[in-house]
Parts: sequence; C-alpha cells; structure tokens
Amino acid sequence: MAGEAELRLRAQLSRLRSVPLLRGAKLSGELERLQRQLDRIVAEPSDEEIWKSVELARHPDRPYTLDYVERLLEDWFELHGDRTYGDDAAIVTGLGRFRGRTIVLVGNQKGRDVKERTSRNFGMAHPEGYAKANRAMELADRHGFPILSLVDIPGAYPGVSAEQHGQGGAIARSQALMARLRVPIVTCVIGEGGSGGAIATALADRVLMQANAIYTVISPEGCAAILWRDAGEARKAAAAFKPDAAHCLELGVIDAIVPEPDGGAHADPVESARLLGDALAESLELLEGSSGEELRRQRRVRFRTMGEVPVTR
Amino acid sequence: MTERIDVSIEHRHAPPEDGGRPHPNTCPGCGSHYRDDELDEHLRVCTHCGYHFAVHARDRIRQLVDEDSFAEEAAELRSDDPLGFFDLRPYTERLAEAELSTGLGEAMVIGRAAIEELPCQLAVMEFSFMGGSMGRIVGEKFTRACESAAERGVPLVSVTASGGARMQEGILSLMQLPKTVCAVEDLHDSGGTLISVMAHPTTAGVLASFASLGDVLVAEPGALLSFTGPRVVQQTTREKLPDDFGLAEANYRHGHVDAIVPRPELRPTLARLLRLFANGR
Repeated sequence: MAGEAELRLRAQLSRLRSVPLLRGAKLSGELERLQRQLDRIVAEPSDEEIWKSVELARHPDRPYTLDYVERLLEDWFELHGDRTYGDDAAIVTGLGRFRGRTIVLVGNQKGRDVKERTSRNFGMAHPEGYAKANRAMELADRHGFPILSLVDIPGAYPGVSAEQHGQGGAIARSQALMARLRVPIVTCVIGEGGSGGAIATALADRVLMQANAIYTVISPEGCAAILWRDAGEARKAAAAFKPDAAHCLELGVIDAIVPEPDGGAHADPVESARLLGDALAESLELLEGSSGEELRRQRRVRFRTMGEVPVTR
Repeated sequence: MTERIDVSIEHRHAPPEDGGRPHPNTCPGCGSHYRDDELDEHLRVCTHCGYHFAVHARDRIRQLVDEDSFAEEAAELRSDDPLGFFDLRPYTERLAEAELSTGLGEAMVIGRAAIEELPCQLAVMEFSFMGGSMGRIVGEKFTRACESAAERGVPLVSVTASGGARMQEGILSLMQLPKTVCAVEDLHDSGGTLISVMAHPTTAGVLASFASLGDVLVAEPGALLSFTGPRVVQQTTREKLPDDFGLAEANYRHGHVDAIVPRPELRPTLARLLRLFANGR
C-alpha cells in the first residue's frame, strides 16, 4: 500500500512540476507540501502508532474547536440555534475574522469539565446541531464568506430523540447542502472524525487532518463489537481499518496532514493553533480565484472519484 | 377442498424449526408458515398478519417492473480489498462467500427498466450480501445509476435495504456517503428525479446519505429506518425505547417519510409517481 501511495504522490509531484507557473508562488508551496507528505508517507505507521493516534485524538486535554477559535479568530460572534427547535451545544457556529477575511466557522465541541461535557453532550450532535450548522453555512453562501469546519465528534448522538428528530436525514441533507454551496469550504479533522456525524460537516473542497486525529467509519470499539464480537478488541479493529492521518492521506481521503507539536496538540496548544491556522490559510489561498461554480463542480468531482476501484482485479 | 384447508392449518401452526431458530418462511409476526411458492405468490407478505418478509434484489425487480423490461448495468463490478482487511476472517473471503450465496457481484443491482410502460432507472439493494453494506462498489453503482438516469432523462427509483457502510473498507466506505450525495445533487441539477423506497432495514450510512434525499420517500410497513439501531441506542443511553422505535410507522408520525406503502401497492404507487414526475411528457 505504501508503495502505491508513494507512486501516486510522486506522479502528482512530477505533474505539478511540469505545470507552467499558473499560480506562481502558490504552486511552489504546493510542491513543498507534497514533498513533505511524501517524506512522511514512506514510513507507514505501525499498529502501535495507530492506537497512539486514537488515544491522542481522544485526549481529554486536546484543544477543541473553541480553543482554536480563541487563538485564530478575531471579532468572533457565535451564532446560536437552528431557528426551528433548539440550540445544540455540541456544534458551535459563528462569524469571525481569520487572517483578514470574514469566515463562517462550524465546529464540533466537546466539553472540558463534567458540567460542560454534559451540556455539550460529549460533542455528539443531534439533528438540531446539523440544522444550525446548515443555517450558518447558508449564511456564508449568501454573503460569499468561506467556511472553515473543524471536525471533532465521536459520532452523531445515538439517542431516542435524535432518531425521532431525523438524525439520518439531517446528516444526509447537511452533506447535500455542502455539495451545493458556492463558497470555499475547508475542513480539518482536529480530533475524532466519527463516521456519519463527521462527514455531515466535512463535504469540503479541501480536507485536512491533524497528525494525531483519526477519521473512522465506525468507532474502533463498535467495529470490534461487531466483527470480533468483543468491544475489548478495539486495538485490533483500529489496526485493521487504519483511521490515522497517514493512511487517510494515502487513501486519498484527505489532502494534507497538519503537523502537531511533539507529544500531541495538547502539549502546546498555542503552537498547535499556529500550525492549524497556517494550514487553513494555505488551503483557503489555494481555493481563492476559483468561481463558485468551479468550486462546486470540483468538490463533487473530488468525492465522485475518491477511492475509485481499479477497473480490473 | 378439505385437504387444502388442512395444509394451511398445518402450515400456520406447526412451523418447522432449524436448530432453535425459526424457519425463514415462518412469519415472525404471527407464526404462520408458508411454502416458497405461497410466499412468492403474495409478494412475500404474510397473508395472515401483513408482515413483510425480506425480498432479494432480483425478486424485487421482478415484482416491480414490466416483464422483460429490466436491463442490468455495471454487473461486472466487484469490490477489491483496499485495506487488506482481516478480522476473524479475510474480507476477500467474506466477499466470495456473499457472491456465492446470493449470486450477485455486490449488494446493489442497477439497470434500466419500465414500470407500467414508464421508463425509469433502478438501483436495488440486496441485504443478504454482507448486510447490504455500502462499500466502494455500491457507491459506484448508485452513482452510475444517477448518471444513467440523468443521461436518459428518466427518474431513478432506489430500493434500499442496508445495515450501513461496509466497515471492511474503512474510511473509504464512509466516503461513499458524500459520493452518493453528490451523485443525487448532480441528478437533481440535471432536472432528474429520485424516488426512494426504504425497505427493512435502511439504516446508518445509507439512511444518512442517498436514501434520505429522494424527491419522494416511501417506506415499507414495519421497516427499521434509523441512523443508529435500537440495540446500540439502548446500550448507550439506557433510555426506555418506544415499542415502534425507528420503525417506518414512527418515522411517518415524526414527518420523515411521505408514505408507508404496503408491498402489493408499491408497483402502482411507483407508476403513479413516475407519471406525475413525467408531467405529461
């Protein structure tokens, strides 16, 4: 697998090198970025390293969305409520200024202490949360503001009221809305990218992952409970379905890995925020200059072709 | 005549058992037992209590479309094993076994068809193929069905029965949610129509993507339509679940589906919808 990914990256590199300088300096930035990714991918993470990522992604001191908001955005104004039913605190939305431009931010928010964890439902969103996120994204589309979405959710909330309010449909419609938007969308998985609850706000033009984040179709415990019939086999499950950033990059699911300070994002939240800010800004710059129609078309092509199966087997 | 009645009584009250599990032709609703041909004759609906038995993709297509009108597409597509996934058994072995037992290459069959002489595109899921789970080939087939429908200017009818995304393809299976969502958006942009029929069960990743995005959402009676299944909700929240938790009837009451259509009425209902969306064309 690593060999294939390496080849693909090398091909991408050589293609980029041969492109006449359409976007000048931005392109050389892209070249450097690819080279860095190539260097990183040559060493495929071991099973232990994968599990380390799972632990770091869930670390209780890991910076959450609002920690980054505080360090990256000016004039932050939080938007509350879905205008229909409620205000889901597991998703925060708002307007802010990011390096000189107004953006709309959508992010999952876990709680720091017991009280906040309860009020934010451990970051697990209800349909009301997706409705709120969609309202904020429509606002962004109306005004031409780029959207930054930070993903950090164990999974959409598995509860009775969530089902009664249409969890599945809410996640589907949130993606459908993102597929229609005409503004740049950049997503970064900053902790747990838990399944449908994550993809609901991650249908973006550029998708990044922090080095110790995970992106999963099901939690390692859930997968282990089903396939191994024992939730205790979560390590084995994680090693099998490879939710770490390096594998996601290799599989073409994300565009780049955002580095974290040594020891993980929580070891130095200020530096983490700087690194995340730089990566988000770089992604936004790459998308600048594309028309809304182009963005939307490219976004759909991206997901249309993602992980395509080789024709013969 | 007497003999016939005896047979039916015998069937109703003496369901054979298979190692403690009820026979697949025994109605879980009322215990009535049927021969294969009896069930098929009634579209696999219990004539006694109305319970809807599962329908294989090929049988579903036969039930819905005009005779000989179905032309399958993309039948040659097969999944590979992108992660080299191995749980208690290798994924490739599970795939081979599913193909052998269902006679299908994947958990979805697509193709062109006509219902009461109205042309349409079909995408029908097969639950017995690895729980109808959506991996890359199911995502690809659904996407091609959307593209084919758009190209031909006909509505797409999807019939879903799925436990969700296919874990063995890891994050790539999650990516089939946005992929199929984008396919529906492209279809809608081309002026196309998606009619989504949700059979038992339509859950998790399939409910949270294309199945919920139909212009019209129709459910079969008693179908489980939930993002998270009742067992996991119970375990996670320790909440007392309503008796009809996640069922089509509860979804209808809460406003998440347009109609619950019993199987015998499905074909005429689809024909009516196809006429409405054709708008006299």
